[in-house]
Amino acid sequence: MTVSLYNPGEEQKSILVFLEHEGGVLANVSLELLGKGREMADGLHWSLAGLLMGHQVADLAHEAIAYGADEVWLGEHPLLQFFTIEAYAHTAFQAVSDGKPSVFLLGATPNGRDLAGRLAVRLRTGLNADCSGLRIDPDSGVLVSEVSGFGGGVLALIEMRTHRPQMATVRPGVFTPSEMDRNKNGKVIEIPLVLEEDMIQTQVVEREVGSGIDLTRTPVLVAGGRGIEGDFLMLQKLADLLGGDVGATRPPVDEGHIERQRQIGQTGVVCSPEVAICCGISGAFHFVVGIEKANTVIAINSDPEAPIFDYADYCIVGDVHQIIPEIITALRSEGEIAHA
Amino acid sequence: MPDLHMVVCVKVVPKSEEIRVDPETMHLIREGVRSEINPPDMNALEMALDLKDRHGGRVSLLSMGPPPFETYLQAALAMGADHVYLLSDRAFAGADTLATTYTLAQGIRKLGDVDIVFCGEESADGATGQVPSGLAEWLNVGQLTLLTNIEMDLKRGVARGHRELKGGYEILEVPLPVVVSVTTACNEPRFMDYRIKPWAFEAGRVTVWTAGDLDADENHIGFNGSPTVVSSLAEAPSRERKKQFLEGSPAEIAQLLLNVFREDLPQ
Ligand SMILES: Cc1cc2nc3c(=O)[nH]c(=O)nc-3n(C[C@H](O)[C@H](O)[C@H](O)COP(=O)(O)OP(=O)(O)OC[C@H]3O[C@@H](n4cnc5c(N)ncnc54)[C@H](O)[C@@H]3O)c2cc1C
Ligand SMILES: Nc1ncnc2c1ncn2[C@@H]1O[C@H](COP(=O)(O)O)[C@@H](O)[C@H]1O
Repeated sequence: MTVSLYNPGEEQKSILVFLEHEGGVLANVSLELLGKGREMADGLHWSLAGLLMGHQVADLAHEAIAYGADEVWLGEHPLLQFFTIEAYAHTAFQAVSDGKPSVFLLGATPNGRDLAGRLAVRLRTGLNADCSGLRIDPDSGVLVSEVSGFGGGVLALIEMRTHRPQMATVRPGVFTPSEMDRNKNGKVIEIPLVLEEDMIQTQVVEREVGSGIDLTRTPVLVAGGRGIEGDFLMLQKLADLLGGDVGATRPPVDEGHIERQRQIGQTGVVCSPEVAICCGISGAFHFVVGIEKANTVIAINSDPEAPIFDYADYCIVGDVHQIIPEIITALRSEGEIAHA
Repeated sequence: MPDLHMVVCVKVVPKSEEIRVDPETMHLIREGVRSEINPPDMNALEMALDLKDRHGGRVSLLSMGPPPFETYLQAALAMGADHVYLLSDRAFAGADTLATTYTLAQGIRKLGDVDIVFCGEESADGATGQVPSGLAEWLNVGQLTLLTNIEMDLKRGVARGHRELKGGYEILEVPLPVVVSVTTACNEPRFMDYRIKPWAFEAGRVTVWTAGDLDADENHIGFNGSPTVVSSLAEAPSRERKKQFLEGSPAEIAQLLLNVFREDLPQ
């Protein structure tokens, strides 16, 4: 068997969460992991720590404490200003091998995945990717990760019993943050760091990152598939009237009709709107996992046999190009009556 | 600088739209399910072949899996690659990310003098994008992930990649050798070249390496090298939906939907 850097006998009863941030703001997925981590830690009387790396980011440590962390392990260094795999993996490895947490959670984001993949190998431990649920067995302290198996329909429960830390990644939108509590106490612990320029091979030549589109929290999702033939303008009108936003399946994204950030599903966003309206979408498992958490699902498809109807509350057999303009008209005239 | 040597990691996966699960055993039903090269790996291969078109050099395909993978790999070879290596051994079975990345890394070490290792963004049935980074760690080289574009500066021996991020992008430079992962659908994979197809499908075209050939440490491969275990498989509890069909003219349906919005949307 492979042997991990430290074993269950040497672990600390704690959960560590990788804290991502951009433009001085903690990422939602990190807050969500703190929320889930808090819930699991409370049940077991474990502690919850955040791993914060960056340059001049100490303020965010208090933010993380307010969102549930008992401790923040802080790696502060000019060379950590931007994510480079060498500097971040080095710092995180140092923090994990000093603090020996039982569980280490990361967001399944581009940087979270990169870091997770590196560290799992460096620590010689296992990694459960894209978990849809997490639970710690109170007797054994073993993390049980729920991963939906491909083809859908199957949930696999995955554990590692002899390796530590128990690493897992979780996509944005899966868990909910806890309420913020400014009065919560917590400790900031500095990670003793030796970082030299020549340890870093990656050179960031150019970087332009905005806040991006966040569909995880939209109250109404109007999603379009291949069946809408690129007419996202029509969907945008409907979304605007309902105070929501537009999403898509993969084919329109691949064909360049709409931004990749709007892709819903296994390789896109998981969202939890009050209402999701699926227009011209067949209902492939890869897509459906992205709307599983919607309160109400409405599907419009010209094919009465389309699988999407099995995942919908309200099913409409018909042509999107006829039905959606009618809904838009109806919403508009209702709005006029309300304002009269 | 000598010729570029590029390796593309490709996996053969069951076609995702054909996969069914046996509700009794919760196992995948394999009968009648066709396979294909993991679609994202085709984008990785295209990026490598495009570099070969521009800078010369050679492209090797590397895959870990059972012998039936061979024909799929030969089809990929016929797109314009130069060699195929299949890492195949019963001892590799049951590999999770840690064991998979170790095994692929051993294959790359055995190839020697590799400049760029290309991977897809994720495998349809797999670890969702954890392999490229783990592979780079075993090989102790740099990485460029989620690229939509790559440019080479062969004089300086660096690769410059355009990396896609939420709400933006980064341009990163990393010295060779480097592991690259490629964003799905960032390019249009070329078709098989029918002039080279007969050559690609000749017997013995695929070099098969076993654990012994790779000098693999048996503690790091297959089940032994995999810290994670599947403790149970269960049917996913899918949310109960009303599945109520709304009938009528488009205008009538629109009115029914307004009622739904009134009930379900906070005003
Ligand atoms: C590894 C992997 C990951 C993937 N990840 C994702 C993902 O994250 N998200 C995702 O969405 N997909 C993903 N896919 C793709 C997925 O498997 C499906 O191919 C995709 O979801 C299908 O999109 P669609 O429903 O828009 O298109 P189609 O399956 O082509 O369906 C179009 C539908 O539109 C209907 N239609 C046509 N015209 C009209 C009309 N005028 N009015 C009403 N209905 C009409 C048709 O009846 C049909 O049902 C992934 C695939 C792989 C292999
Ligand atoms: N068994 C394998 N053989 C060859 N390449 C693989 C294998 N598994 C994963 N890969 C590569 O790693 C990428 C990401 O896979 P994954 O991390 O499993 O989602 C794939 O797109 C392939 O390029």
